[in-house]
Amino acid sequence: MTATSARGTVSASAPAVPRAGRRAARFREALVGWGFITPNLILMSLFLFAPILWAIQLSFQETRGFGDPDWVGFDNYVKMAGDPVFWRSLANTMVFTIVTVPIDMAAGLGLAVLLNSALPARGVFRTMIVLPMVISGVATGMIAVTMFYQTNGIINKVLQAIGLDPIAWQSEGAPAMISVMIVAVWLRVGFNMVIYLAGLQGISPELYEAARIDGATRWQQFRAITVPLVGPSTFFLLIMNVIASFQVFDLIFVMTGGGPGDATSVLVTYAYRNGFQIREQGYGAAIGVVILIITLIFTFIQWKTSRTRDLVE
Amino acid sequence: MAETTNLIQMSEAQQLGQRSARRLRRRRALASADRKGIVARTIIAVIVCIIVMFPLYWMLVVAFSPRGEVFEPGVTLWPSTFTLENFEAVFRRYPVVEWFGNSLVIGTFITAFTVVVNLLAGYAFARLPFRGRNTIFMLALATMMIPVQAIMVAQFKLVAGLGIYGTYWGVILPGAAAAFGIFLARQFFLSIPDELVEAARIDGAGQLRIFLQVVLPLCKPLIAVLTLLTLMGSWNDFAWPLIALKDPDLFTLPIGLLYLKGQTTPDYNAIMALALISVIPMVLLFLFFQRYFVQGFARSGIR
Repeated sequence: MTATSARGTVSASAPAVPRAGRRAARFREALVGWGFITPNLILMSLFLFAPILWAIQLSFQETRGFGDPDWVGFDNYVKMAGDPVFWRSLANTMVFTIVTVPIDMAAGLGLAVLLNSALPARGVFRTMIVLPMVISGVATGMIAVTMFYQTNGIINKVLQAIGLDPIAWQSEGAPAMISVMIVAVWLRVGFNMVIYLAGLQGISPELYEAARIDGATRWQQFRAITVPLVGPSTFFLLIMNVIASFQVFDLIFVMTGGGPGDATSVLVTYAYRNGFQIREQGYGAAIGVVILIITLIFTFIQWKTSRTRDLVE
Repeated sequence: MAETTNLIQMSEAQQLGQRSARRLRRRRALASADRKGIVARTIIAVIVCIIVMFPLYWMLVVAFSPRGEVFEPGVTLWPSTFTLENFEAVFRRYPVVEWFGNSLVIGTFITAFTVVVNLLAGYAFARLPFRGRNTIFMLALATMMIPVQAIMVAQFKLVAGLGIYGTYWGVILPGAAAAFGIFLARQFFLSIPDELVEAARIDGAGQLRIFLQVVLPLCKPLIAVLTLLTLMGSWNDFAWPLIALKDPDLFTLPIGLLYLKGQTTPDYNAIMALALISVIPMVLLFLFFQRYFVQGFARSGIR
């Protein structure tokens, strides 16, 4: 669209310009474009593109802190294939994603519908539900630590007060994972609600009116009008939530440190552990490359699907 | 130029009109909707909000309770005595003022760099045709998805090699390389009417001048959103500052929080006091500018 209008201007304002002049004009235009993106390109090349290439190189090396790195070929990847902690971390990443993303989206849509309906003090409710979004993962993790504290944390004390057994949030794997998931949902549900609210506001009220006249129940209206028409928001949220889940780091780092054992270890925390705590930088880089590959596959799928979506519109 | 201002004024008037119309419609809807439904929905909303707000309330309770009290047996939902001793302890034992300042300096620089760089790039990707534009845009988008943990070993070596490990710059420069804002900026620039740019071009303005004098003045919401989101992101960032900083005096607030927890007997009252200190600026920012926050997320979500 932009390209046509720009070209249109050149021919309209100066119809008699010879070919060479037009080429010079286009060259000048391209130069301006490149000038605008240069600052960004420098930063990205230096701090993103170069490290990506370097990470790939590092993943074929063994560097233990000091001294020259040894070239070890695919050793790091072979080691990874036989490393139960790596597979555990991959599985945990998947489980975390598969559990939290649908809950976040369903709760986000539910709350958006609720807070888009006629309700007093709607703005106040909305503000309260969105608020956790601005709080850092570390602060959230710290609050969660005080709440999920196994001996005499507020959650276990309340459970005992109503006659239930306290839960071993820190010493057993499954409860530890569940506690991290609960906190992750808390942190993200407001974002999901905001995006769905924006989606809902694009739906024309006449549609609901027509459905009501036809005798559709509220649930039927929700299924037949709301869900399909917030499709673009759902698509966007699916991508954003999967990315966020895949990269969950601060919560796990602060709340469980990947433990107990490796019960809450995920790919990003395992990469950090190898790169900076055990100091097996080559192996850490190799795990990073795997994260990178999975991320790129996901990005590619997203790119493909969003292009077809644009064409449809 | 006169036409330009006219167009802006017109769109502002339209927005104002829409807003009051929307308010009127809401009031009518509230009046006509069934009472019972409203009561039921309000109760659900109140319960949800209590659950969502409880962790923040708990942070306040722990921060203002006497040391150790919340971990004694028995359910206590408020402090027996309201005390500031935890804040006093945190300020006395740790360089909290420095941490706050570090967060502020790093956040300000990252935000300033990111906003300028992303506005320029977003404008180019939206409005300046040049060869390779789409390829580079896709590359930039792809980097949005890459977690820092995937490349952190190499980034760390790079920052060390540049001699900026353990300095502000070691956090700021990689932090400003994020591509999220480009996407937001491009979407916004695409929505600006062609006529404005064309009019300025016919008047003989160069691209930089068009950008600075015609387009940017229309971009206040975009700049506000970009600034808020970037500031929030860098203020709350954890993984990269954790890697790039070593001197406790240079820590940012999230790293300081972790440092407190790493003590042999973590003082959770003090930790909650510091958590509160770290959270307050972002909460205030959010409350003052929430319209922009929501708009920003909504805009990035629409497409």
